[in-house]
Order: sequence, then C-alpha cells, then structure tokens
Amino acid sequence: MRARFESPIVLLGSRLLSPYIMLFGIYVIFHGHYSPGGGFQGGALLAASIILIRLSGGRIISRLQVQEFFTTPLAAIGVIVFFGTGIVAMLFGSYFMDYHALPFPGEMTPAELRYYGILVIEIGIGIAVMAILVMIYDHMVRGEDYA
Amino acid sequence: MLWEVELILFLFLILLAVLALEANDLLVAVVILTIFSFTIALLFTAMGGIDVGFTEAVIGAGVTGIFFIIALFKTSIRTKD
Amino acid sequence: MKFVKYLILIAFAGLLIYGSLDLPDRGDPDAWLHQQESITGTEVAGNYFIRQAYIDANTPNMVTVVLGDYRSVDTLGEQVVVFAAGLICLLILRRYREI
Repeated sequence: MRARFESPIVLLGSRLLSPYIMLFGIYVIFHGHYSPGGGFQGGALLAASIILIRLSGGRIISRLQVQEFFTTPLAAIGVIVFFGTGIVAMLFGSYFMDYHALPFPGEMTPAELRYYGILVIEIGIGIAVMAILVMIYDHMVRGEDYA
Repeated sequence: MLWEVELILFLFLILLAVLALEANDLLVAVVILTIFSFTIALLFTAMGGIDVGFTEAVIGAGVTGIFFIIALFKTSIRTKD
Repeated sequence: MKFVKYLILIAFAGLLIYGSLDLPDRGDPDAWLHQQESITGTEVAGNYFIRQAYIDANTPNMVTVVLGDYRSVDTLGEQVVVFAAGLICLLILRRYREI
C-alpha cells in the first residue's frame, strides 16, 4: 500500500504456512460427507491461503501462483459446474438437482449416485468461492503497488 | 460446565462490541471486530452448531478482516466521530 | 450526540431482551419447535430428513445432505448471490483506463 516495505520473515512464514492451509481446505471439501465442513468453508480456506501469499509476497511473486486474469473464468466455471450437474440430472430423466439419474460409470445404487452428485457440487462451490474471494481482493488492490 | 463458558463468552462479546464502537483508530476497530468474529464462532460451537461456527471462523475472522484493512488503506484511517 | 447513541443502544438492547423472553429454552424437548407434529397436525419435514438422510444419500453428515441434496436449489441461489457480489465488485472497482 502506501508504506512499501519488504520483510523476508513475513514472506518465509507465509510460504511455510500457505500449503498447509491449502491442504486443509481441500481436506474440508472432500471430507465434508463425514465431518463438519463443505464447499463454502473449504473454498474460503483455499482463498485465505492464496490471499496470504498475495498479501505478503507482492504482485511479482503472486503472479507465479494464480494469475490475475485467471480468477474470473474460474468463478464462472464453478457456478457452471453446479448448475450443469442439475441440468444433466434433468436431461437424464429426473428432476432438477435430483442426482439419482446422473450418468456415472459403473453399477451404482441411487444412494451412491446421490453421494457422488453431492461431491461434484461441493467441488463446484469450492472453486467458485475461492475464485470470487481472490477476484474481489485483486480488484480492490489493483493499481496499488502493494508490498 | 458449559453454562459458565457460554456466559463468559457472552460478556466478552458485549465488551468487544462496545470497544469496537469506541475506538478512534479504525485499524484497532477492525482487529477488535476480528476477535469479535472468532468469539462468536466459539459461542456457536459451544451451542452445537459446528458448521455455522466453522463458516464464521473462516469468513469472519479470516477473509473479512483482510478486506476491511484494504478498504481502510484506500480511504482514511482516522475517524472523526 | 454520544448521549443519543448510547440511548439508542440501550433501548435496542432492552427491546431485544424483551423479545427474547418469550422464546423457549434451547434444547427444550417440550417446545413447539421440537415436536413431531406441528400445530396443524401435519408431520414436520425435519423428521423425514433425520430418518432418511443416510438411507437416501449414503452420507453420515446430515447437514451436507440437507444443503446439497434436499435444499440444493437454495444452495444454488446462495452461489448465484456470491457470484453476483463478485461481479459487482469487478464492475465497480475496475479501472477502464490506466492513468
């Protein structure tokens, strides 16, 4: 921001801490069937890990991780994954968002098909929330030579 | 045991809300608001709503603080009130 | 001005405390919120969720089934709201010409 300074200790600590937050976010998304959590919380954790690197490293280092132009299509992809799952379930002879008609390969009971349908939409929610939070951060600090 | 924990958290919550209202430096207010979010997440967890507490801890104490601080650095940091 | 602020705060806190006096205790098994049948005599929808969540979706966490399967259109609306918030931030904070 205004007072620009670079601290290698903050950068090193953030680089040490960020992959574990990201791993925990992915765990929260994929383990949401058995423990508290889900797509929204996991996506927010992923966004927190990415914003941590952006906040401590600056623009040049954060360009190596997730590009700035990459977040807006990713947000749209997340919403489309969610919506498309419902539409595909409707096209294969069921109601909108009723997952027991999804064309997953293999012989599965309707309960297992609903299990995997919930997993797919949780991934969609996670991608969308992560991309939207990083997108808001990028547009809020655009033009500033943040540290 | 849980009853006393909830009472202590609730009194701490009211104290933090009054402190955040009375702070002259808005950065202090943002930090106190982050602690407020984390306390209310602990309160939700003590009440049994673990999902709500998790969401509050991640969103309120993690991401919202960063956005408030960026908005503060883009405007002015002192308040006149 | 400070006096008016504190007056409004205390009045609002008194209003909230007065409103919360009639609420049932948390976890009270006799409250209308936790009955098996509602006031009109029909079955509450929560009974079906508690009984059938594991059988329907093979998932132990009931909250995930309610958010992802039974009330998934609600979650879709929430997602669209978050996406719209991101798009509004993009449109407001975007700089068309870099000076």
